[in-house]
Amino acid sequence: MAAPTDSQLVARCRVGDDAAWAELVERFGRYVYAIVVQGFRLREHDAEDVFQDVFARAYVSLPSLRDDAAVRPWLAQLTRRCCIDRLRRERHEEPVEELADTAGEDELARLDEAFAVREALAALGEPCAGLLDRFFCRDESYHTIAEALDLPLGTIASRISRCLAKLRESFEGRSPASTASGKTVTR
Amino acid sequence: MTGYDEERLAELLRALPPPPAAWVQAAQELPRARRELGGIVARAEADAAYRAAVLADLEGALADAGLEPHAPAVEELRRRLSP
Repeated sequence: MAAPTDSQLVARCRVGDDAAWAELVERFGRYVYAIVVQGFRLREHDAEDVFQDVFARAYVSLPSLRDDAAVRPWLAQLTRRCCIDRLRRERHEEPVEELADTAGEDELARLDEAFAVREALAALGEPCAGLLDRFFCRDESYHTIAEALDLPLGTIASRISRCLAKLRESFEGRSPASTASGKTVTR
Repeated sequence: MTGYDEERLAELLRALPPPPAAWVQAAQELPRARRELGGIVARAEADAAYRAAVLADLEGALADAGLEPHAPAVEELRRRLSP
């Protein structure tokens, strides 16, 4: 069965579907995490609080989201606001404008691109999605991957290479998406 | 598509590592957490001694309810118990 669209997921969350909420967190958790940790470079403890705060605010505000399909840019803006709030509390002396610039537009655009690639990866299905995720995102060794996926160790490198080529081919065929940074991801 | 060779795709894949599993789990349990929080607030409204105990140890009250005492949850509980 195909994964629900963002709109479908939001609609289900809105009527109190806990499983849909769990899926929404799973789908966007990496993106929120990356903005907090890479975009704003918050320390671990602050990052965890902000991560939870973003989803707590999202849960409460989801019913007022105007465009269900725009949940990702909405979450990105929410994350930025939460990060800036946190930094503002810590750095009383710095002007708000400087805090807003803490996460550069280029960095946020890069994360938008990364999310688009991740969507293409999910669409590839298994075994490529799991293989590339383990190697590139989870930094697992060939040995760990071979054991986890029950594959011959000597074939891991070539499988990764083939899957990456497949991802490139798939990514080429996708249409542009709206982004949190306001820029269009050109594909 | 230009500029998206396999090296670039690999770099972009690396840009989104998974958050710690415990963070994800806590966020996923938000609906249940809010229900538990509602239970604490309702009991506190009916029982002054319990309310005082909760206000004296917000994190403990959350932990007793099986919730992670994250700062946002503590703040939410404090806000909802404020007069």
